[in-house]
Amino acid sequence: MPAFFIKQIKPICFFLCCLPLVYLAVLFATDQLGANPIERITRFSGDWALRMILITLVATPLQRGLGAVWPFRIRRMIGLFSFFYVSLHLSSYVVLDQFFDWREIFDDLIKRPFIMAGMAAFVLLIPLAVTSTKKMMRRLGKRWKQLHRMIYLIAALGVLHYFLLIKAGWAEPAIYLLVYLVLMLLRVPVIARRVR
Amino acid sequence: MLIKSHNKHDCTESEVTDYSIYVKRRQFIEASARSLGLAAIAPSLLLSACSDAATENAAKGISNSDQPRDELTPYEDVTSYNNFYEFGLDKSDPAKLAKNFKVKPWSVRVEGAVEKPGVYDLEDLLKGLPQEERIYRLRCVEAWSMVIPWNGFALADLIKKLKPTSAAKYVQFETLYDPQQMPGQKGRALDWPYVEGLRLDEATHPLAFMATGLYGKELPGQNGAPLRLVVPWKYGFKSIKSIVAIRFTEKQPATSWNIANPGEYGFYANVNPKVSHPRWTQRKERRIGEFLKRPTLPFNGYGDQVASLYQGMDLKRYF
Ligand code: HEM
Repeated sequence: MPAFFIKQIKPICFFLCCLPLVYLAVLFATDQLGANPIERITRFSGDWALRMILITLVATPLQRGLGAVWPFRIRRMIGLFSFFYVSLHLSSYVVLDQFFDWREIFDDLIKRPFIMAGMAAFVLLIPLAVTSTKKMMRRLGKRWKQLHRMIYLIAALGVLHYFLLIKAGWAEPAIYLLVYLVLMLLRVPVIARRVR
Repeated sequence: MLIKSHNKHDCTESEVTDYSIYVKRRQFIEASARSLGLAAIAPSLLLSACSDAATENAAKGISNSDQPRDELTPYEDVTSYNNFYEFGLDKSDPAKLAKNFKVKPWSVRVEGAVEKPGVYDLEDLLKGLPQEERIYRLRCVEAWSMVIPWNGFALADLIKKLKPTSAAKYVQFETLYDPQQMPGQKGRALDWPYVEGLRLDEATHPLAFMATGLYGKELPGQNGAPLRLVVPWKYGFKSIKSIVAIRFTEKQPATSWNIANPGEYGFYANVNPKVSHPRWTQRKERRIGEFLKRPTLPFNGYGDQVASLYQGMDLKRYF
């Protein structure tokens, strides 16, 4: 890794994580969101929420594989961006799609399995986002690590959410599932040792 | 509201009963047409103001102020936002991948309980059928909707011409299967070829339509060229595209979405705000181009004309 890259890893990562948002803004500004912009925004933010969560899960195997520390220096930032894109996704649903129709939203929450899975993932992400500061890390010590293992469950719920909402053609969520499974397998001690 | 246009011989403008309604209709149509640069076809749309029961209801629908207005969905949106899985799962795929879709020559196989079976050249099939323009709402099962001016002919007229036998109770339609041209068919999203069906009395209902064009132009590939069904009171997936076979049957025929997921898609698929799709509500819909959702109407607002087809049926069971 070039020294510059490692030194500037945080701003570089920040910049990269903003790109989807910038792209969305450009599509919006240039009227390229298509015939159903609300659906487009909801799906776009959902896609990036899931991608960010999965990218967060790359940090540990990457750190092990490369024997470098820099993946850990950006892990929390990517995690926070995950939370950001999920929040954008949820806002898009509540504000743009349902326009604060709480009756409909409540109905969705109790009746639609895909919304339940998504919502569970969102709710579980909140404590992780809140405890993502250095201070919290220090304060929680060992328990921080335990708490943040919840991301495995959150990612699984995100993939499940995708499977549950698709009408036909399971190829796309299947790709995410595959990525998720590979990332989880890389954490199995026997395999992790070999990768190292 | 339904704006229905008969062919020109059927009606004259003097048949219009309520002048104020007529003017409203005309203003509405002119406004929509103007805003879409439709000057060319506006005169024929105006001719649509003839007065059978359907049109009167339609006109009343417009003047009914608590129901949001219906305006034509721009051509651009109608032809760029399509569910046509044969050309890909993303709604922007069909417009890209159907660009060079070959619709000439095109033949349609007519088979089953019918007096005039055979393989028809599309032109021969359509010969003698009165051409019409109809503006219909299209309600997708995914809770969005459009208003589309179709060109084509009444399905009833075609069926009359083909002469189903007395054994025929249903009619099934089939979409082209051609993975070379339709790359989506290389995947297994649905069981290809796509099939759909109607009960014969539904198919011969005056609202059931076969489209060969929209906005006065030839039907684009992504909208189901060269021949597609339009059943405005049912969810969009019933309105099968790029038809190559018409089959008259005694028993209820298989339909693709019902095969894929019988718990979520029934044979009837009438638009019904009271019966939710298991994964989303059908109470409301987003009209393409609008921000707030509007309430979904039973039978997509065509209940006055079609509800009698389902008298005595439990529509929760036969969804
Ligand atoms: C960690 C949390 C979540 C993740 C990772 C996630 C991810 C996704 C993904 C990948 C999609 C599919 C996008 C596509 O089709 O391209 C999606 C769609 C969607 N999600 Fe989520 N989501 C999450 C939470 C939520 C929550 C909390 C809600 C609402 C309460 C929600 C509502 C929706 C809706 C309405 C759609 C669109 C369905 C459609 O257009 O058919 N999601 N989400």
